[in-house]
Amino acid sequence: MTRAAGRYRLRRILNRIAFALAVLVIVSPAILVFLWMLSLSLKTEIENIAYPPVFIPETPTLANFIQVFEASPFGLYLVNSLIVTGSATLLAIAVGVPAGYGIAKAKAYRLAVLVLIARITPNLSYLIPLFIGFQMLGLTGTLWPMVITHLVITVPIVVWVMIGFFETLHPDLEEAALIDGATLWQAFRYIALPLSRPGIVVAAILAFIFSWNNFIFGVVLAGRETRTLPVAVYNVLTFEQISWGPLAAAALLVTLPVLILTVFIQREIVGGLAAGGVKGG
Amino acid sequence: MVGAALANHSPGARRSRPLWHRLTGGRDAIRRPYVIFALPAMAVVAVVMVFPWLFTLFMSVHEWKIGQARSFVGLENYARLLTDDRFLSALLRTIYYTALAVVAPLVLGTASALVFHRKFPLRGLLRGVFILPMMATPVAVALVWTMMFHPQLGVLNYLLSLVGIPALLWVYNPSTVIPSLVLVETWQWTPLVMLIVLGGLAALPTEPYEAAQLDGASAWQTFRHLTYPMVLPFLMVAVIIRTIDAVKAFDIIFVISQGGPGTASETINIFLYLQAFAFYNIGYASAVVVVFFVLIIALALVLLYVRQRSKWSP
Repeated sequence: MTRAAGRYRLRRILNRIAFALAVLVIVSPAILVFLWMLSLSLKTEIENIAYPPVFIPETPTLANFIQVFEASPFGLYLVNSLIVTGSATLLAIAVGVPAGYGIAKAKAYRLAVLVLIARITPNLSYLIPLFIGFQMLGLTGTLWPMVITHLVITVPIVVWVMIGFFETLHPDLEEAALIDGATLWQAFRYIALPLSRPGIVVAAILAFIFSWNNFIFGVVLAGRETRTLPVAVYNVLTFEQISWGPLAAAALLVTLPVLILTVFIQREIVGGLAAGGVKGG
Repeated sequence: MVGAALANHSPGARRSRPLWHRLTGGRDAIRRPYVIFALPAMAVVAVVMVFPWLFTLFMSVHEWKIGQARSFVGLENYARLLTDDRFLSALLRTIYYTALAVVAPLVLGTASALVFHRKFPLRGLLRGVFILPMMATPVAVALVWTMMFHPQLGVLNYLLSLVGIPALLWVYNPSTVIPSLVLVETWQWTPLVMLIVLGGLAALPTEPYEAAQLDGASAWQTFRHLTYPMVLPFLMVAVIIRTIDAVKAFDIIFVISQGGPGTASETINIFLYLQAFAFYNIGYASAVVVVFFVLIIALALVLLYVRQRSKWSP
């Protein structure tokens, strides 16, 4: 082997090491914060307030998780979150999927812009009038205000993702059906809709995640009995007990379903299908 | 997607057409029936979005505290905003916050996209991990960051001490609170910029790169003269989305610093929240909403205009 070839190989190896380091540097902040969350949730209070910090728990314990359920009506809040996010997502699919189809087919981009404006305006701007409206209707204290306001998040996401999906769907089959005498509704219901299942799954998961994550609506609208999980974690756990372990455990429980769903649709998110719809805040 | 869809409709609406046609874009007889599919969703949008907008306009010209009678005051609330020092400093703070929270994720997101654009083992998995921060529940991550920022027991000061940097007060010091919050925001939203730029990189032609390699161009030259101009439109989309999201940032600030210490991190959104739901000044808060709304739409239009121009420049 000549000296030049050896030097070339050395440079290639050094390049690879540098690249691997670059990957490590950009990925580690993302993962380390979650690992720290996990570490805090598995440690005893003594280890959590130790200095220098204990990174890997010496005596891992599930006591923090048990305390979350014992010290607060965590189960109730979980059910609240499931009802609010579940209903808001299902309603959004029911109205948003046909809307995405109609807008894509009619190329009604002005309607799309209306939905886009809804996406870019601050959530707080809907809250004052809706808050007063719910008071007038006597709905405060129920889950209805939460379900209705969460539509502000879920409907635009579903409409956006579905417009993008239906634009890429080949129209041949529907056109053939229309020529054979099917109505527009039948062409949608029996041809386009079954084909759009992958798009609907992505839209539903994104709507679910951003409704699940929503904090601001609950802070204003939810009472003691109607809190969703993010609000509960903020209210109950921050103010009624300051210890880090149970707080980290609760935070982890709240965000775990989202992290799992994200891994599930990771490819669609990366593929850009959702780039515009992502983030409902 | 946002930019592409917006670019799809012609900016100059024909004023003579009826409003319905202008909204739906459907002069075409074949296309119009499809709009029926959008009616239920539009009904929802009307109730939960358009009605609140109109009602907010109505409230903004009234002096109105929750539980008290309202009285019409015309534009007085708006006039008051112009002289309200607390509002004006919140506005400046929002600009400062937004500038940092756009630039940092943009630089880091672009760098990350260049890394993820190359093929390497476990790329899919690591990309999945990389986007977790932007999907995770903001309240949950904000609580963990709060613990990490703790001046005595926090892990951040410990890590600084390892490299010999003296402890910082992070969110407990008025002069470092906004950069600290932006650190969290950057951690959260760098992945979104990465995804947008990655999408742009994926669409690049390969021939110019082969030519550049033949000509012996350095990595920096290739980036500066090939990649950068070609992904510029995507960078602009990232700037648009980041700017709008940063201006209306709420969860992270509210959970970590509540706008404090004092009012050191009180942005417009936090100011608005306090006026509406801590002081119950519904009329005044509505005027803030209207100004905020106009500001964001104007910002979006300006950025969109810049993007359109950047697309056509050579």
